[in-house]
Parts: sequence; C-alpha cells; structure tokens
Amino acid sequence: MSDSSPKLSFGSLLRRPETGSFLGLAAVFLFFTIFGGSNFASLNGAASWLNVAASLGIIAIPIGLLMIAGELDISIGSMVPAGSMTCAIISGHFGLPIAVGVVAALCLGALVGLVNGLLVVRTAVPSFIVTLGTLFAVAGLTLGLSVLITGTTSVSIKAGPEAKFLLGHFIGGIYQVTILWWIAAAIFWGFVLHYSPYGNWILAMGGDKVSARNAGIPTERVTIFLFMCSSMSAAFVGLSQAILYNSAQVSAGQSYIFNAIISVVVGGVLLTGGYGSVVGIVLGTLTFAIVNQGIYYTPFDANWASLIIGVLLLVAVLMNNTFRKMALSYTPSRKVK
Amino acid sequence: MPTPLLTLQGINKSFGPIDVLHDINLEVYPGEVLCLLGDNGAGKSTLIRLLSGVHKPTSGTITLAGKPAAFASPRDASNAGIATVHQFGGTFPLMSIGRSFFVGEEPKKGWGPFKTFDRKTANDIAVKAVRDLGITRITDGDRLVGGLSGGERQALAIARAVHFGASVLILDEPTAALGVKEAAHVLRIVLQARQKGIAVIFITHNVVHALTVGDHFAVLIKGAKAADFRKGEKTREEITDLMAGGEQMAELEAEIKSYMSNHPG
Ligand SMILES: Nc1ncnc2c1ncn2[C@@H]1O[C@H](COP(=O)(O)OP(=O)(O)OP(=O)(O)O)[C@@H](O)[C@H]1O
Ligand SMILES: [Mg+2]
Repeated sequence: MSDSSPKLSFGSLLRRPETGSFLGLAAVFLFFTIFGGSNFASLNGAASWLNVAASLGIIAIPIGLLMIAGELDISIGSMVPAGSMTCAIISGHFGLPIAVGVVAALCLGALVGLVNGLLVVRTAVPSFIVTLGTLFAVAGLTLGLSVLITGTTSVSIKAGPEAKFLLGHFIGGIYQVTILWWIAAAIFWGFVLHYSPYGNWILAMGGDKVSARNAGIPTERVTIFLFMCSSMSAAFVGLSQAILYNSAQVSAGQSYIFNAIISVVVGGVLLTGGYGSVVGIVLGTLTFAIVNQGIYYTPFDANWASLIIGVLLLVAVLMNNTFRKMALSYTPSRKVK
Repeated sequence: MPTPLLTLQGINKSFGPIDVLHDINLEVYPGEVLCLLGDNGAGKSTLIRLLSGVHKPTSGTITLAGKPAAFASPRDASNAGIATVHQFGGTFPLMSIGRSFFVGEEPKKGWGPFKTFDRKTANDIAVKAVRDLGITRITDGDRLVGGLSGGERQALAIARAVHFGASVLILDEPTAALGVKEAAHVLRIVLQARQKGIAVIFITHNVVHALTVGDHFAVLIKGAKAADFRKGEKTREEITDLMAGGEQMAELEAEIKSYMSNHPG
C-alpha cells in the first residue's frame, strides 16, 4: 500500500487528522513516565492502561466513524451491560452453550443498532436525541427483564476453556485478550475508512449529507450499518467482560459514553463530522487510558485524574482545530512549475 | 427534425400542500443547450432535482432516449448518464480534491473484498479535469477542498459532472460564484459538451451567459412554463423581461434612474 500513501512531507503530515493526537499522546506519556516512575512504564503498568484502552477502543472506533459520518450514538452506555446480561442470562442462568449467549448478545446489539439507525434515518430527529431515548429504553429493559427472569441484578456465568481463551483470559497473566480484538478491530476499520471505497462515503456523508446523497451514496443504508456496528461493538465488549469476570451486572457501562466521545475527539475527529482517522481514534483512546490509569502511579491523588482529562480534552480540541486550519490553507508550493 | 433525448410531459410537483411545478412540458435535444430561466423561486432547481433523481414528480412522465425513466435515487439518474451540479454544495470541504471528485464513483484497484480506493488515479484525473476547466492553480490532488476559493470549488463540481455526464449535463447556476475568466471557461466547457452531442441544461440569471450558449430557452414563472423559444426568436429585452418573472425590466430601470436623479449623492 506504500505506493498509494502520500509522501511524508510537512503538508501530508498536517493533513492527517491524527497528527495532533500523536503529539498529545507523546506529551501525556512523557508526563506520566516522569511522575509515575518506572512502575508506570513497566509491563505491569502498561497492562493496566492497555486493558482499559482495549475495551474502550473497540467501542470508540465505530463511535468515531459514526461521528465522522455526522451522527452520534450514546446508547452504547446501556448496550454494554445489555450485552453482558444477555450473554450471562442465556449461558449462565439458563446454562445454554456459551456460543448461544454470545450470538444472542450480538444479535441484540444488531437489533438495537437497527432501531437507532431506522429512527435517525426515518424521523430526521438528531441522533443524539434518538440514542438518548434508546439509552434509557435499553437500560430499563435490561434491568426489568433481568429482575423478572433471574430475580437479581447480577448474574454469574461460567465459560468453558475455549470461550475463556478467545474472549476472557489474560495473556502472560496481565494483558487482556481483548487487546488483540482491539487491534483486529482497528485494522478492519482502518481498512474500511482509509483504503476501501466505502471510507469515502463515510467522509462525504459527514461533510455534506445532501451532496453525498445527490452524488449517489446510499446514505440511509450506510447510516443504519454504522449504528448497527456501534451497538454490536458495545454488546461485544459487554459479553467479553462477562466472560472475563465470570459475572455480569445490570449497571456497568454509562462511563463508556463520555470516555468514548473523549477518546474520539482527542483523536482528532471533528465533532460535526467529515474529518477523522482510525489511527487518531486509537491514539486518543490510548491517551485517555494513560491519564485514567497513569494517575495511580504518580504521587498525586487519583481525584485529579478528571481534571487532567478535562484539560486534555480542551487542549486536544484546540490543537486539532489549529492543525485542521493549517491543513486547509496548506499548499505545497505556490510557484509555477 | 431530431428526436429529443429527454422529454418531460405534464410534470407536476408539490411538497405537501405547496405546489411548486405545474404541468411542465419540455424537450431536450442532444447536442443542444437548453437554458432554463426564471425568477428566484420559480422552480428551476426543483425541476432539475426531478431530472437528477433527488425528488420524484407528483405526476407526469419523464422519457429518456425513448424509454420512460422513473429515477428512484440520484444513483439511478447518474447510471442513466445524467450528471448534475446542484446549486449549492457538491463538494466536501474536509476531503481531498481527489476524494471529493470521486464521491460515489470511487476508482478501485486490487481484488475481491480487498479492493482499495485508488488514490493516485483519483488525484490525477481530478487535477487534470479541473485544470482543463482553466483552474491551473490546482496541482495537488491531496489538497483539501475547503482550502479552495468558492469559484475553484464550483469548478471542481462542474469538472466532476462533465467527467461523469455521459448523455445529459445539468448545471444549476454554475457561473454564479465565478469570476469573469472562470465563467468564460465554464461557458466554453458547456459548448464543448454540446459539440460532443451531450444535452446540456443550463440555469442562469445572467442574460449574457444565456445568450452566449443557449440554443433553446425555457422560462419558468411561478412554477409554470411561461415561454419556450429558440435562439433568435426573441430580442434580448424580451428575454430579460421574461427572466425577471414577466415584469418590465425597462420600467424598473427607469424607476431606479429617476430615484437616483431625485436623490443625488
Ligand atoms: N423541499 C421543499 N419543500 C417545500 N418547498 C420547496 C421545497 N423545495 C423547493 N420548495 C419551494 O419551491 C419553490 C421553488 O424553489 P426552487 O429552488 O426550485 O427555485 P429556483 O427557481 O431554483 O430559484 P433560485 O433562482 O432562487 O435558485 C420555492 O418557493 C421553494 O420554497
Ligand atoms: Mg435554484
């Protein structure tokens, strides 16, 4: 693919949405290496933030793609627990094979995504409002049905060795296998957005939906597809956590909403759509996870982590804006050839 | 007498209770430029949205090359060889010139599910197409569209339509944002397309541009076709009045003159 990627020059660097987030990650990493000491940069330290980054990152990428396409999905906050409860109830409470629970959780994700997508496309209500609705609806359904079926809000699940190996074990005792899934997801989505022709569709939709439709892009189908992917990714993270921790809780996922949005925005995706990259989202997720976990390695009180994240978000947005402006006005050479 | 490439018969279009077009009959011939004229809000853009598959007519039929054409989507229309530059938009500010040019029609390379967007081909074709329009400042297909001037963006959208418009090319006020030189380039492109046998529908508020390229003129007033004539059948003054929605431009101009002389300075 090297022949198709732009030459490494000042201009091509500027035009990459992830340039700002790379600098941000480097700064944050340096900060915590200095204040966190050798523990932070050790293998154990790396595991603590990589594990957080992995499950967040699997959700953040499709959320970022939706944002690039001009939409938002906050219903993932209840899709994570819905996915883990579905899997736990089917395979733990009812004792069906784990594969059935996994498939059922993913199907639920696909269904919720389909509903989100159809509502957004058909009603033209902003997706923030639509998914705010489904966020609460799915949370209510999960709680209601769990109590109705199991009588509790927490269900244990015992996965077999294969399922554990694929979804819920620690590589080398410290790294969650989810990290590998995250890498796979990043490669897949990176291909879709930056190399496949469909990436062009997603960018165009976020840039100008009407013009994209006029240019012949099936904008409605692409929107629905992206919503289904984000819901299914959230369900996947939920079920893999249930398998990892051998139990599922009704309320464990709201934090994903903001964390995913922060990761995506820090990663250089434009909140209003049309601009962003998968590499940027991955870097943004890493940055978030490092701040979130790195604080425990520093002498500072962990309560300060939120302050750092808040400042980081603002600085990242300002920096990304600056880079975008420079990219827009950058021309390689004004001289006539 | 040549046969029309595109025929509209009894076209009506309403949006809910709002009637926008009434009983439009129109014929568009290959190798001819049809100038669609009319006041603001007359329904010109709505009419061409019907031809480009954005909207469906409420009633009436569109015939393309002898076959009835009912476009369900813009893609249907472009597959049928109709390319349109809509009045606003058509380009994507934060995309590169190459990517923006090929939105929806991406050139591919590779095989099977691993087909990738062919960035180099896209950039080369896009840059060449824009340069052919006379915008020679553009040399780098990786540049972001948002960094171009309004006229350069317009030229990019037109270049795209010319590239994909196999049989019908529709331009909705393409010269509105352009400088004198760029507008002349667009008019030249229109004439080149006409020479290739493409049917061109050209919307403009500029009498000079209309008279320069038009073979055939249709005027819409309040959603109905008020006049339909060929080059040389009407004087420039008559055309100007029709374009102003049927009002007497001469009277209006006289009014302005007397206002100016009564309010000096
Ligand atoms: N989607 C829509 N829903 C309701 N009314 C519409 C819609 N699209 C257009 N109209 C109405 O139809 C009328 C004609 O609009 P149109 O855009 O076709 O005018 P136009 O001739 O292109 O004008 P201009 O020269 O200003 O571009 C306007 O009164 C407009 O308000
Ligand atoms: Mg118009």
